[in-house]
Amino acid sequence: METTVTKTGTEDKIWGGGNQPLKVSYGKMMMWFFILSDALTFSGFLAAYGFSRFKFIDSWPIADEVFNHFPFLHGVDAPMYYVALMTFILIFSSVTMVLAVDAGHQMKQKKVIIYMFWTIIGGLVFVGSQAWEWKNFIKGEYGAVETKGGQILQFVKPVDDGYKRVKLGEIAILDTHKERAQHDRKSGVWYEKEGALPTYTIEEVRAGFAKKSDLLIRTQTLTKEGEKTVLSREESLRRLQGDAIGIVEGANLRHNEYGTPLFANFFFFITGFHGFHVFSGVIINIIIFINVILGTYERRKNYEMVEKVGLYWHFVDLVWVFVFTFFYLV
Amino acid sequence: MAHDTAHHESNTGRIWKVFFILSVITIVEVILGIIKPAFLVETTVISMKLLNWIFIILTIWKAYYITWAFMHMEGETKGLRRSVVWTAIFLICYLIFILLTEGDYVYEVFKAGYKSWDF
Repeated sequence: METTVTKTGTEDKIWGGGNQPLKVSYGKMMMWFFILSDALTFSGFLAAYGFSRFKFIDSWPIADEVFNHFPFLHGVDAPMYYVALMTFILIFSSVTMVLAVDAGHQMKQKKVIIYMFWTIIGGLVFVGSQAWEWKNFIKGEYGAVETKGGQILQFVKPVDDGYKRVKLGEIAILDTHKERAQHDRKSGVWYEKEGALPTYTIEEVRAGFAKKSDLLIRTQTLTKEGEKTVLSREESLRRLQGDAIGIVEGANLRHNEYGTPLFANFFFFITGFHGFHVFSGVIINIIIFINVILGTYERRKNYEMVEKVGLYWHFVDLVWVFVFTFFYLV
Repeated sequence: MAHDTAHHESNTGRIWKVFFILSVITIVEVILGIIKPAFLVETTVISMKLLNWIFIILTIWKAYYITWAFMHMEGETKGLRRSVVWTAIFLICYLIFILLTEGDYVYEVFKAGYKSWDF
């Protein structure tokens, strides 16, 4: 560390910086305090998530139903597996990082290069996985109906062991004489347009639902067993005719087919903020990686920079451990 | 620095051991999350499902290993360790206590029907 800090010529004097009660270099100590403040930021987000969750404790979406995709397994219900895989990737890249730090302590440049390389690869795979997770979440799977009060109604049909979700596409009877066209910039008021129209209209879903007598509606409310409440056929018809006002497919910051929009907001915000940390961690790792290859730390005879980015990288892993628990498990 | 760069022996054995522990904890979490044993879901401890308590304790256990072994907090001086860890634990516990209490209160307000929301 001596070589990384500019000498002031007063090191031997107590009040000249010569006394180091914490016995760490300036850079490492500041990395620790940055991590502390960043940890408080993340816990602020997670505590706010907890607040909203306690507020809607009996109507919060069930994570297992939302995140149940796995690459190349279309239509297979695979809750948790993908996110568990992501967790492993991140933990493993933490391991290679700590191995790089360890190799750095022994001044083994080659080993540091190899381990840092795998750390960066792990980080990139993780960010990619998160992007894929977002894509599935945004696209949605079954679609739902939103009520006047902003509640979500989903469609199910009874099967042998409980209920099976039904997609909007299987319900709606398409009306080929639809009048509604997407408002574009070239028509009407200049420079104004609207987003894509939903695939189906609420009338089409109502018509289809009335015809198929085995269909039922599932509300957001959780039963004592922690499952969503399924309404009777009469009640389902009443809710769909009286309360439903529109179609929701997938999720964005305002509408969310899985349940309360807050769930999507927190999902985007917290995993997005974490993903941004992973991304910047990868960038910082790449910079240090290049320095290691160039032999900067060989000449400095000290690999403390690797240790400092290592601290940040482990912190990113640490945050993910908590995000994993509170978003996917609890 | 608490440790001099000059005489550093390799810690790889411990690193792999910690990796093994973290993996086992994660696998246990995933298995519990998938099968959701009925008695853990039905038992409630301090207004939360026992299963959720288990998840949170396992998570804190993992966090301990990451901080102590990977971030090498165990090798730092007592002063640095306490100034980072105690600060975080105190402020986070305080924040969580306040926000969850408040969230539960808002839930009660909704439930008591002072405000209509399901329409």
